[in-house]
Amino acid sequence: MSVVLDIQNLQIALPKGADRPYAVDNLSLQLRAGEVTCLIGESGSGKSLAARAILGLLPAPRVRASGGRMLFGDIDLRAASPETMRAIRGAGIAMIFQEPMTALNPLHTIGRQIDEVLRLHTRLSRAERRTRIIELLADVHLPDPARLLHAYPHQMSGGQRQRAMIAMALALSPKLLIADEPTTALDVTTQAQIIHLIRTLQRERGTAVLFITHDFGVVADIADTVAVLQRGTLVESGPRDAVLNHPQHPYTKALIAAVPRLIPPAARPEPATRVPTILESRKLRKTYGARALFGGRTTTALDGVDIALRTGETLGLVGESGSGKSTLARAVTRLLATDSGEILFNGHDLAPLTRRQLRPYRKRIQMVFQDPFASLDPRQTVLEVIAEGPIIHGTPRAQAHAEARTLLGLVGLDASAGDRYPHEFSGGQRQRIGIARALAMQPEVIVADEPVSALDVSVQAQVLALFADIKARLQLSMIFVTHDLRVALQVCDRIAVMRAGRVVELATAQQVFAAPQHPYTKDLLAAVPGAAWQQAMLERTDA
Amino acid sequence: MKVFASFFKKKFFFKKKNQKTFIRCFARNRAAVLGASILAVVLLTVILGPLLYPGSAFKLVGKPLLPPGGAFLLGTDTLGRDVAAEIVHGTRTSMLIGVSATALAVLIGALVGGFAGYYRGWTELVLMRITEFFQTIPAFVLAILVVAILQPSVGSEILAIGLVSWPGIARLVRSEFVSLGGREFVLACTGLGASDTRVIFRHLLPNCASSIIAVGSLLVASSILIESGLAFLGLGDPNVMSWGLLISAGRAVLRSAWWICTFPGIAILLTVLAINLAGDGLNEALNPRLRTA
Amino acid sequence: MRRLRYFGARVLLALPVVFGIIVLNFLLIHLAPGDAASVLAGESGAATPEYMESLRSKFGLDQPFSTQFTHYVEQIGSFNLGYSFRNDAPVSELIIERLVPTALLMLSSFSTALVIGTLLGLIAATGRNTWRDAVISIMTLIAYATPVFWLGLMMVVVFAIRLEWLPTSGFETVGSDDEGWAHMLDIARHLVMPAVTLALFYLALYARVMRASVLDQTGLDYVTTARAKGQTERGIMFGHVLRNALLPVLTMAGVQAGNLIGGSVVVETVFGWPGIGTLAFNALQSRDLNLLLGIFFISACLVVVINLIVELISVFLDPRIEV
Repeated sequence: MSVVLDIQNLQIALPKGADRPYAVDNLSLQLRAGEVTCLIGESGSGKSLAARAILGLLPAPRVRASGGRMLFGDIDLRAASPETMRAIRGAGIAMIFQEPMTALNPLHTIGRQIDEVLRLHTRLSRAERRTRIIELLADVHLPDPARLLHAYPHQMSGGQRQRAMIAMALALSPKLLIADEPTTALDVTTQAQIIHLIRTLQRERGTAVLFITHDFGVVADIADTVAVLQRGTLVESGPRDAVLNHPQHPYTKALIAAVPRLIPPAARPEPATRVPTILESRKLRKTYGARALFGGRTTTALDGVDIALRTGETLGLVGESGSGKSTLARAVTRLLATDSGEILFNGHDLAPLTRRQLRPYRKRIQMVFQDPFASLDPRQTVLEVIAEGPIIHGTPRAQAHAEARTLLGLVGLDASAGDRYPHEFSGGQRQRIGIARALAMQPEVIVADEPVSALDVSVQAQVLALFADIKARLQLSMIFVTHDLRVALQVCDRIAVMRAGRVVELATAQQVFAAPQHPYTKDLLAAVPGAAWQQAMLERTDA
Repeated sequence: MKVFASFFKKKFFFKKKNQKTFIRCFARNRAAVLGASILAVVLLTVILGPLLYPGSAFKLVGKPLLPPGGAFLLGTDTLGRDVAAEIVHGTRTSMLIGVSATALAVLIGALVGGFAGYYRGWTELVLMRITEFFQTIPAFVLAILVVAILQPSVGSEILAIGLVSWPGIARLVRSEFVSLGGREFVLACTGLGASDTRVIFRHLLPNCASSIIAVGSLLVASSILIESGLAFLGLGDPNVMSWGLLISAGRAVLRSAWWICTFPGIAILLTVLAINLAGDGLNEALNPRLRTA
Repeated sequence: MRRLRYFGARVLLALPVVFGIIVLNFLLIHLAPGDAASVLAGESGAATPEYMESLRSKFGLDQPFSTQFTHYVEQIGSFNLGYSFRNDAPVSELIIERLVPTALLMLSSFSTALVIGTLLGLIAATGRNTWRDAVISIMTLIAYATPVFWLGLMMVVVFAIRLEWLPTSGFETVGSDDEGWAHMLDIARHLVMPAVTLALFYLALYARVMRASVLDQTGLDYVTTARAKGQTERGIMFGHVLRNALLPVLTMAGVQAGNLIGGSVVVETVFGWPGIGTLAFNALQSRDLNLLLGIFFISACLVVVINLIVELISVFLDPRIEV
């Protein structure tokens, strides 16, 4: 098939003070008509900058394409005049972005924003443009296009906004579509729909697509060709199946190995005697009210939730954004006030307790948080972070600090790390510090709220391994909140699937995987990126 | 720019107390250094003033209305007082009132904003409505009223200026508390069983101190401006020399003796400009993420 | 229709503010040391015992605190702001007489400041780190630090006394019998200096806010999207950035409305402009506190109205505000 864009030895220079001189160096890539090329890499690999360089959208003069050629037909995009670039942008090459909310102008209607592309590049009349926009909105399967024409971005859902972005990008049937992590900000089920949409439209029109992603599952679902970027260097590229199933470069191998498998943990025999429940919620309700004096709207985050954590098990809370899973995690640890219902810890109801009465229980239930940057006070040393809890509960300072140093070893950090400040550590290391802080209290229950979702896959695998190790060694009970069913299947004994503030299904990981009961659970399973690829891999290893 | 934030995260993400970076950042800002230098001169004047011009600021030293450049550098006023001496003595008043009124405003603002941002809910609703109220009403007119009712004095001026200047600080502290309170390290601390006081004084306040200092420094400048305005309208302490008082007194002879009004005004302009420049520099050095230029 | 109802709700929300001003006024009267009646009468010594007595009975000063308060609210609620002994006229009448010159002054300086300020901010931001930016930044910094009354005096020295281009003070030439256009022109000539003096500080403020706001907006994703569509830089600035960047300036303009009135007190005093500000200065000279309280009440209400107007404009500019 014909080459639409030929990238030869692209080099992107970073300003002084960055962690390396070139964001991307010596990158060569051919994008062909009718093909989806996935550019995959971890954060900081330079993949997004490479995508922006094609359209000349780098934040010049700080970051600029400093070498190589990008041939679009016979035009070198790196050397093209601003006028030539403007003619190509939107018409010959279009782009969609990660966060559709910020990528759309909040003050203009969707119709007006799509219209802008047509006005810039065509001489269609107002009526013709309007007809065309309605067709485009229908093409991306948006409901009621004539009405959506007048909708503002904030009035649409995330998935709808991304569809509108796609309609805008495809308005003039460009030869190349650049998609910069277009599904990362979306929920799994929406992600699956958007991937399907891009795939279908691209096939119909023979568009070349450069798809930037960090997720091998997504690669398996959409790519024809794969290119792997490690710290600005292309380490491997080739047809999808070859790269996915027979990776050559050690980095690719490591990345693929770190992808959470869609396999349930080995079936465990149900214990003979009934295992006691350690933490339980009964009919838990929580609503958030809009704080307006007149007619505030309320949303129900928890709508009568019953869950029970058995001693020694890991219970997964799985759901998409807005399902109430994080609210539930914060409610059972009493970090959030609830409206009604009981929270039973070893049979004691925690819900009505005051802050002071709660204190003895605080030690016994600890939380690990999602954001490794926001969960540590930037002004405390690591040792102070870890020792703070025991000191609050009366442990002498020196002893608390000594114990904190020991804990650093337990979570796989050097004891000398204790004297440094959080910002000197990577995301994964910070998450280890967060785990050490929780462990310092010698809790019986750990509630982990999306503890790995902000981390790169390779780091994610290491932190998950640490959780498994600690849980086994210290015999903890754990509630594990995640949006990623793959992760839940890997670490949890039982899984509660949540949607709109309710638990729709609660079963063993085995059952959720093999025989999901609720239609929503089935949807979630089907939407897991790369499900088919993993299934095939499983069968191959079985055979 | 989200794309390349990841490259700089390590360098700029956290406002840790890193004195070297802070000083380098501040020193690179030439305008801030200029401001700090002028400010140093102003402070020196405050300290050395009584040595330069000993005795009362109201002392009569020569013939009235002598133009500048003669025996008296900046001339004399209607009663034959040395304008330069009056300006030097006025510096002390302006700085005293500027700093004290700001301290009062920061105290009120931090209390109101802190309560609102930490306890949220109805407390926040009520306190922020009150803050908005004080922000809406004409501040200067209120200050005039307060001084007029309490009788003009340094104390009533400080009270009046503090009373009309706190809403900005309250809004800042509230928004910092709300955003920090949503950060997970504060939740984590609560989860460890920490008391409210510990969370507020160990975690929240230290993390927003730099913003308060930066905004507070700009407030000193606006307090000096308000003070001079009050004094100009005849609401300055009649027994204490101040820049506004000087201009107000010189206004009557503006046509014949322009210098009495001009020089104190330049003193105000330079001082306020210096504080603003230094304050902006402080703000950029302490909160590098807010940098727009 | 929905917008109308929303606006109705906003008006209702403004009522507590008006009530708050009444409460504040009441507290201020009692803040003063000594008898509230003597506070209200002023220390002019011109007040007769009969007047003091009428003040006492009108404000119910011999009655319990709570009764005094309800009494006070009733008085103000029926727009009875009291009587100015010094001016021998009801306070409300005195203020209404002076409303037109003040409105003229505020409106002309506010619009000048807003238009030129945003324009300068835009120029500075688009030419960031060039000489244009530097010149505008230095100018705004100086304007930002200049005491308004001093600026006024200096303008009088330069333009009225030395150059004799413009009249020193007043609203119109006394004794002139010009009519129609000539009269308007005469007023305009008197207006120039006060309006410019008052506008300069706000002009600098809006320029600073606008510059920062434009720079903020140009870093956002939707600008990249527009560029990726093939939009020109000019099209991006005027089609996308400008409207988004204006919103913070507008908010700031609303917040600063109160200070604009404070500034006009000083400016009117300097230029002898016969508005509320001069009235306030005169009240201050004669310690006519009751008149001063009335001025405070009216000007605060004026600010509330200005804020409502700003809010109304924001609703039309920003579809995200829930209507």
